[in-house]
Amino acid sequence: MRRADALCAIVLLAMAGTVGAEGVRLGLGWGSDGPQPGFFVFYLGLGLGLASAAVLGQALLLADPPLYRKRFVEPGQIGSVLRVLVPAAAMVLVTHWLGLYVAGAFYIGVYMRWIGRHSWPAIVGVALAIPVVTFLIFEVWFLVPMPKGPLEAYLGY
Amino acid sequence: MSGIEHLLLGFQIAISPVNLLVAVIGIVLGTIIGVLPGLGGANGVALLLPLTFTMHPTTAIILLTCIYWGALFGGAITSILFNIPGEPWSVATTLDGHPLAKQGKGGQALTAAFTSSFVGAAFAIVLVSFFAQPLAELALRFGPPEFFAIQLLTFSSFIGLGGANPVKSLVSILIGFILAAVGLDTVTGKLRLTFGSIELMRGFSFIVAVIGLFGLAEIFLTVEEGLEFRGVTPRVRFRDILATWRELGAYWKTFLRSALIGFWMGFKPGGATPASFMSYGFARRFSRQREKFGTGVLEGVVAPETAAHAAGVAAMLPMITLGIPGSPTAAVMLGGLLIWGLQPGPMLFVEKPDFVWGLIASMYTGNVIGVLMVLFFVPAFAAILRIPFAILTPLIVFVCAIGAYAVGNSMVDVWYMVAFGVIGYVFKKLDYPLAPLVLALVLGDLAEGALRQSLIMSQGSLWIFFESPISAVITIAAMVFFSLPLLSPVLRRLRGGPTPTAVPSAGSH
Repeated sequence: MRRADALCAIVLLAMAGTVGAEGVRLGLGWGSDGPQPGFFVFYLGLGLGLASAAVLGQALLLADPPLYRKRFVEPGQIGSVLRVLVPAAAMVLVTHWLGLYVAGAFYIGVYMRWIGRHSWPAIVGVALAIPVVTFLIFEVWFLVPMPKGPLEAYLGY
Repeated sequence: MSGIEHLLLGFQIAISPVNLLVAVIGIVLGTIIGVLPGLGGANGVALLLPLTFTMHPTTAIILLTCIYWGALFGGAITSILFNIPGEPWSVATTLDGHPLAKQGKGGQALTAAFTSSFVGAAFAIVLVSFFAQPLAELALRFGPPEFFAIQLLTFSSFIGLGGANPVKSLVSILIGFILAAVGLDTVTGKLRLTFGSIELMRGFSFIVAVIGLFGLAEIFLTVEEGLEFRGVTPRVRFRDILATWRELGAYWKTFLRSALIGFWMGFKPGGATPASFMSYGFARRFSRQREKFGTGVLEGVVAPETAAHAAGVAAMLPMITLGIPGSPTAAVMLGGLLIWGLQPGPMLFVEKPDFVWGLIASMYTGNVIGVLMVLFFVPAFAAILRIPFAILTPLIVFVCAIGAYAVGNSMVDVWYMVAFGVIGYVFKKLDYPLAPLVLALVLGDLAEGALRQSLIMSQGSLWIFFESPISAVITIAAMVFFSLPLLSPVLRRLRGGPTPTAVPSAGSH
């Protein structure tokens, strides 16, 4: 946990540097009609830099705070998290070509089979029902458009 | 018109058939959302926001607030039956609620929780009805320095009173402000922090951030504990309800104390979680059955639930009167107001009294409907967690993706949502509070605008924040809160007192 905390603080420091530099580029002084656009940005970057330096200091110097008694992630836990994250990201990626409804159907189906070991009839039923119901709610009743792919185009939407 | 007349006008709006129906729908959806792991008040409201774009604003806000009340009730169900605190302020409810459920007294625990929620909410709503108008009238006289001072107070109270590591709260706030600054600067028309990318020109939507930080991140944290949920089957009989109500009368002092703590803490940002713990702590200290706390006493359910609901309602007060949300959920509603074409803040009371008073009246109707529905349909709501994990998880992720896309019809937002999910997971593990980040992201442009206008008024001098008495008092209070983390160890050493018990960081609300 201590190492993760320090690493995160270093990433935040880098972010603070970038933001501060952007503030300087935009100008942080007094323009013709008030503060220049970089004024607020610069001080945000400066503040973040100081605060994340303090976090880094805490991570390196504090003897034994309760937070550090645990590990950042246990080896088994990261597997569970990735089994949610990777399929979710895959669904978002596939949405670019097939639209959200078809991608969602595949995602739910694959997940049910892979993690839940559900029977095929259950998988087909649920994986079709959820996108169809959401399609009706969003596209038909409330007229909120979602990303659509070739299937919806074929159906005339 | 006097306050009472306004309120009556509000009731005429709130009890129209359409608005009552919307309230029922909102409560049902909200309770489901509150029961589902990973979904809470803030992202429940965020997910449903796109559906309200075509509604009448008053109907829309009633739907969203009822989702919020429902989510508050739903959080109690999961904490008591499943020992899963659906929301951070439900953690204190699990301490005595789950032991009760395991002893077969789940019905009593749930009745006590719902009744306390109702009492806490009702108490706070009455106070909101009385304070809203005077506070708005006061706020009408505010200029940019006063508004910036209030923003300062909002964020300083996260640092001084939020309970999390103060430096990490500050990091969280600053990241929120930085994300808010990305994109077009509305004053000078310059692009900021876009680094030549067209995608970044649109900036970051806080709704997407809420869905990622509170939705996806929460799921990641839930699955760490294993890919399933375990719980106690509830059975609420009418006899249990009546018996519990008779018993609850003895705890009127706990009710009153907790409601006051809840209202007072909830008015300030991030208050619900500390309020629930503080109220539990006080109840234990003053109770005659002190040593039984933690093994399953009704009083231990009453205290945190009353306070959490009172705080949840109180968080709406600064949102409607000052345009400054007291919680992430209120922040999302504020975003809704902007989308419906309403300018949040004191002018609403002048320009749209029907909206404001319809909203306040709907708090009464919504909570009455809410407590009745959850009392009678608890088993149905609890059954949601019996849906297999492998269906529930992808369903929640799918709904989150829809919500993120609907904000701006952009796939980039869906990717941001995934990124915010990972960031939220890491931040939660490292004990960075997420609520201040969201609030800063919502308020960023308003805060910067108020600061700039103040500085233009004063030709660049920061003394403007101390010139008017109101802004001077608020600014000094903010500075005290900011320095509280530095001062309190010194004070404690002077007094020679013991170290305080840790309060979990304020989370989504």
